[in-house]
Amino acid sequence: MRAAYGFPAAILLTWLLMAVLGPMLPLHPDAIQLPMILHGPQWHEWLGYDDLGRPIVDRLVLGAATSFYVAFWVVLVSVFVGSLVGAVSGYLGGAVDAVVVRIIDIFLAFPGILLAIAMAGVMGPGMENVVVALSVVGWVGYARLARAQVLSLKHRDHVVAAVALGRRPLAIVVHHLLPLIGAPLIVEATFGVAGVVIAEAGLSFLGLGVQPPAASWGNMIRDGSRYMLVAPHMVLAPGVALMLVVLSVNLLGDRLRDWLDVRGRPHA
Amino acid sequence: MFNFVLARLSSAAVVVFGVICLVFLLVHMVPGDPVDMMLGESAQPADRVALRHELGLDRPLLSQLGHYLNGLAHLDLGTSFYTRRPIADMLAERLPATAELAGAGLAVAVLIAFPLGVFAAVRKDTPWDQGAMFFSLLGVSVPNFWLGPVLILVFSLGLGWFPVSGRDGLSSLVLPAITLGTALAAVLSRMVRSTLLEVLGEDYIRTARAKGLSERTVILKHGLRNALLPTITLLGLQLGTLLGGAVITETVFSWPGVGKLTIDAIMRRDYPVVQASVLLISLSYVGVNILTDMVYGWIDPRVRVRGN
Repeated sequence: MRAAYGFPAAILLTWLLMAVLGPMLPLHPDAIQLPMILHGPQWHEWLGYDDLGRPIVDRLVLGAATSFYVAFWVVLVSVFVGSLVGAVSGYLGGAVDAVVVRIIDIFLAFPGILLAIAMAGVMGPGMENVVVALSVVGWVGYARLARAQVLSLKHRDHVVAAVALGRRPLAIVVHHLLPLIGAPLIVEATFGVAGVVIAEAGLSFLGLGVQPPAASWGNMIRDGSRYMLVAPHMVLAPGVALMLVVLSVNLLGDRLRDWLDVRGRPHA
Repeated sequence: MFNFVLARLSSAAVVVFGVICLVFLLVHMVPGDPVDMMLGESAQPADRVALRHELGLDRPLLSQLGHYLNGLAHLDLGTSFYTRRPIADMLAERLPATAELAGAGLAVAVLIAFPLGVFAAVRKDTPWDQGAMFFSLLGVSVPNFWLGPVLILVFSLGLGWFPVSGRDGLSSLVLPAITLGTALAAVLSRMVRSTLLEVLGEDYIRTARAKGLSERTVILKHGLRNALLPTITLLGLQLGTLLGGAVITETVFSWPGVGKLTIDAIMRRDYPVVQASVLLISLSYVGVNILTDMVYGWIDPRVRVRGN
């Protein structure tokens, strides 16, 4: 499948460009054209119009920006908080570690996206709240991974040497341990991007995420599923976009895992 | 074995207590006052005070938590803001539908994953294997809130084979079960493939082959059986994803389960119901995981020893 990696790279590059340049382009995602309501794909508007007569291409581009923004911040915050907490806890051990492990266990007791759904539901909709809800759920995986890695590394000679030289625990974790566990964290974070993109769209699909008129692939699918019989293009376009991005990120993650030689667990 | 069970149960008790506290706190993060929500903006101050007292909202947080825990111990989950009915009754009505959906989703996942995983492992590094694994990657990448509508589009609206939504007989279960089971099938088939490949490299497999056993017997009896253990653990862990996915799948298909109740309750700002249903789903997950652990410890004595 080596030859097939140009495809996911092209998809991800397109996603990135849509997200970065989209808001600067002269798009009209909110322009309502009543005569065009539910019109299918046609020559000059190749993805057609939605239930309010808005051009779907324009909304798709801004939906890309939404998912990219949320994925970027959630993964950044989760990786930072998670790996720091996990690594420090694993390094210190003792009572601190026992407490952190319990907290991780408690967070992991919430199935899948449920805690994020409940949090987003309680905090109310909006993109910032989505980022908060998904970060609160997201850091746990990185913490567990970083902790496990540090446990297996903390008795290495270079760490013992650093202790002997009088370096403080936080400095040891940041300078002598975190750089060594970068590879598995990067692989985990790559799969994390896929997970967050799906989760954001899922929350928006449920009406708990990005609110209309702002565009998210999730709320486009939500709107589209009401008009499936007359306008299937409304639900197909954002879904295919979402699937292509997630598939590409997963393919990239697989590739990174092989390349960095990380023995990972299978991902959901 | 007794010590193993005891150790697992005591650590689970801490988790259960933590989950209850977290869910309790979650609902107290709600911006605004639930009393305003129940009585409306125009209520008399005296009524407000009375209701606050009735709901226990005028007491300190810790005392409220104690009251809540006491209620839980007596299976009293409170009363819905919206229907004014006991929440325990509402959940009891909805639970069978969710259990049915989760069971069917699990069945779909297992029925797809094992044949696909074994097939890919046996034909390792051939185009068949790569095709099967790409299919599995596709399964992980399709969100259930999109797969559901597409299945409805093709099989309900297009071909008319299954109902669009609701829970009415076996035919209404097919599409939700496939929607829910696909992602798990994808993860599981990769796991079956990789563990089976690992097992097939063992000495006893070579011995079995040297004895002249048929390849079929070698793979199914000597290979798959040993690959089963790690797969069961993963299944237990992934059941959480399945239960979380059920919330979305139930919403897509208007399936009258606990997940749909959760989302409806969020929309109506019926927070006691949100609290109770999130708690119920999470505790079922914790329960399943303890069970998985015990089954695993029972089947594989090494786990038991390490656990002590």
